[in-house]
Amino acid sequence: MKIAVTILLTIILSFAAGLYLPWQSMALVSFLMAVFMHQKPGMAYLTGFVSMFLLWTLLAWWIDAQNDHILSARMATLFPLGGSSLLLILVTGLVAGIIGGLAALTGSYLRKYYQLYKAKP
Amino acid sequence: MGRFLSPQHGFWQNAEPVDGHTDLDLNFPQLKDKVQVYFDDRMVPHVFAQNDDDLYFVQGYLHAKFRLWQMEFQTYAAAGRLSEILGAGPNGAYLNYDRNMRRVGMVYGARRTLDSMERDPITHNMLNAYTAGVNAYIDHLPANELPLEYRLLNYVPEHWNHLKTALFLKYMSYDLTGAENDIEYTNVRNVLSKQDFEELYPIMQDSLDPIVPKGVAFYKQPAVRPKMPVNSDSLYFLWNTFANIYPINKPDKDNGSNNWAVDSSKTKSGRPILCNDPHLGLNLPSLWFEMQLHTPQYNVYGVTFPGSPAVVIGFTDSCAWGVTNAGRDVKDYFNIQFRDDSKQQYRFNGEWKKSDLRIDTFKIKGKHPFYDTIAYTIFGPVQYDGSFTGNNRTEYGNFAVRWKAHDPSNELKTFYLLNRMTNYSDYRQAIRNFSCPGQNFVFASKKGDIAIWQQGKFPAKWRRQGDFIMPGTDTAYLWQGSITPENNPHVDSVKPDRGFVSSANQMPADTTYPWYLGGSYPLYRGIIINRYLRQMNNVTIDDMKKMQTDNYNVFAETALPVLLQNIDVSTLSTDEKKYLDLLRSWKFNSDPTEKGPAIFQIWFDMLQNEVWNDDFDVAHKPVAIPEEATLVKCLRNPNFKFADNITTTQVESVQDVVTASFKKAVPQMALVDGEGTLEWGKYKDTGIRHLLRLGPLSRLHLSIGGGANIINATKQFHGPSWRMIVELKDKTEAWGVYPGGQSGNPGSKYYDSFINQWAGGEYNRLWVMTEADKNDKRIKFKMTFN
Repeated sequence: MKIAVTILLTIILSFAAGLYLPWQSMALVSFLMAVFMHQKPGMAYLTGFVSMFLLWTLLAWWIDAQNDHILSARMATLFPLGGSSLLLILVTGLVAGIIGGLAALTGSYLRKYYQLYKAKP
Repeated sequence: MGRFLSPQHGFWQNAEPVDGHTDLDLNFPQLKDKVQVYFDDRMVPHVFAQNDDDLYFVQGYLHAKFRLWQMEFQTYAAAGRLSEILGAGPNGAYLNYDRNMRRVGMVYGARRTLDSMERDPITHNMLNAYTAGVNAYIDHLPANELPLEYRLLNYVPEHWNHLKTALFLKYMSYDLTGAENDIEYTNVRNVLSKQDFEELYPIMQDSLDPIVPKGVAFYKQPAVRPKMPVNSDSLYFLWNTFANIYPINKPDKDNGSNNWAVDSSKTKSGRPILCNDPHLGLNLPSLWFEMQLHTPQYNVYGVTFPGSPAVVIGFTDSCAWGVTNAGRDVKDYFNIQFRDDSKQQYRFNGEWKKSDLRIDTFKIKGKHPFYDTIAYTIFGPVQYDGSFTGNNRTEYGNFAVRWKAHDPSNELKTFYLLNRMTNYSDYRQAIRNFSCPGQNFVFASKKGDIAIWQQGKFPAKWRRQGDFIMPGTDTAYLWQGSITPENNPHVDSVKPDRGFVSSANQMPADTTYPWYLGGSYPLYRGIIINRYLRQMNNVTIDDMKKMQTDNYNVFAETALPVLLQNIDVSTLSTDEKKYLDLLRSWKFNSDPTEKGPAIFQIWFDMLQNEVWNDDFDVAHKPVAIPEEATLVKCLRNPNFKFADNITTTQVESVQDVVTASFKKAVPQMALVDGEGTLEWGKYKDTGIRHLLRLGPLSRLHLSIGGGANIINATKQFHGPSWRMIVELKDKTEAWGVYPGGQSGNPGSKYYDSFINQWAGGEYNRLWVMTEADKNDKRIKFKMTFN
């Protein structure tokens, strides 16, 4: 349950940040979520990955549908994806997931080491 | 990568929703009054402004909104700055391109033209408003709306300025007057006798159907004719220099167009019909952008150049105009003798004259800048010298280029005036300023006048002046003044007997014209256009559509009988006879499904090689082989000596070379046939390529007929970039189409929306709006500027 909430929150906040800030803000949000939420690093990576994967995949899918796949078909031929819009959307999601996951992982380690630091007498 | 793929910031933002364009309200303090722009279902903007400044501001803004990357990229190319964006390129190709652009004097000419444009208050204001409009778009462009190509090449737009507009117009000059053959003819002259050269490179073809019909008087004999220098027989018409220089980026020799206007006496409606289709490289985004420009004072519709204000080809409420390239030789080379490698001095009139040395800086992406020192002489810049010799090294020879495009001029004023013309004398007044590139301006008015005028500032030349590289050590070979505009070839508003005027880049007049016309001119489109127009009566717009898209090859009609007469069928195999029979059954229509056109082309190309290669092998390269018309004429002479292959001991006859070339060509025909691409549409493989030559951003493999020498002049990547037909009834009826779309964004459905229609020979009705039409269902959305 907590994971679902974390993921949902990350998605919403990243989207909102993206409206006003440059694209890297999605990584920042993922990072900060992991800093402030208690999770094992493995889970942190997973939530970071899943939330950013979902955000970009859904957004790209929505844009692509509105566009009748015009641009995605061209881009998926320009890049070696065999003209598949779906593949391009998945790649978009994958890249976001990797970035998001790594950012969250970093965040969770930072939290962990900060707690260790605080625990020292 | 992350930035590129981000749906909120990356390339996905260029994927425009296909439905739903919302009305926009924009505020700019530079505007004096309100401007309303209505976009119709083809994304053509109809601009309603209250004054010229606001009008051109909004035109600039809209050009930038739809075509920013293209405008910038084309002006970077014109300025010789491609290396800044693309790097030096494979083997320095882009750097060479850039150096060539600057050395031929593109920036030099653009600056001088800009001076003229700024000295005229009208064009100065146009530029001020247009530049401000473009920059208003650039300044407010958010990062997520950056056009796709900037993302792919990883750079951002810079500010627009007046010089960029001047550069853009100069690039059109380059495209239309930059393809002289001085170097090639010089190398050919060296290996031919004077008599042979005259026979193989005649100054006029016998079958010429000139723009001004033979016998029509239009000029006054000049009191003084240009004088050939006394030493020309020894210093010019004989071997005195050669050049191993392969020109870079030589414009396509078929850059040209068709235009014609049919008189009221010949049309069904009793009103004139004007037609124009310019032939240029076919690219995406398209060169042209359709617009309507309206103020309380005037109204004009047509195609515009993103990069410049005004409408370039189109019609007002009372008149229509169109252009074809004159193709006159206004670019000549002079052989400069430098004192030493420093290039600081050159020999002139018996003394050492100081050259004007200028250093050009070339910024190269990812590398140190390159510096190029160019010497400017009295003739012009020394384009080719020891440090720059085209794609190959030359042994010696410094060649300065004298190009009409270097001279100050104000072509923009012509477009400004054409956009406002109401009658024939407005048209005359408008074209007076036009200097370079010389164009055949066709005109028609609702009052019933039609006219055509070859207008430009043309040098007054003696016979064959400028055909070869000229000596550059004194004044003897300089251009001796210009031809006065009244003496330029034209057919007046006085009703022409034949009931039409036309031009298709052929020679404007025959050799009775007192000045040398130079250049090399296409012959055949003029012949077929005039043939059709002579035969037609009760002409309608539908007749004109059929004619503009006609695929009849009158060159094949001329040449094929000569070839077929001379082929020795007895020596042919069954397979070879098969192709010959296919050719015999061809009725000269270069339609997409016909096999005859490809067979003919493969054979004729091979024939040209067989006839000329051996004779020109000994010459310095590059050379230009004689024109097709010349070869066909020569083949009719059984004693044609060049038919002989000089590398063989026997003496070949015309029949031998025609037969041999056919037999050599058949394997290529068979190969293509085997691959299933012998049909003309597939063989020609017409395509509209993106400026960066990226396949996924292009529209390739279009099934369309036509070709060189045909009214439908569609080659592989070159052809009618705009087709327009205007009937000047009380309410003008106009049709047009171009192979592209209004949007320069590959993510928009309007990027290539007209291509299928264009390929299929269809046209769109051009809608001239009034403000009363603002609730018409054709209007998709509007922009309001305050």
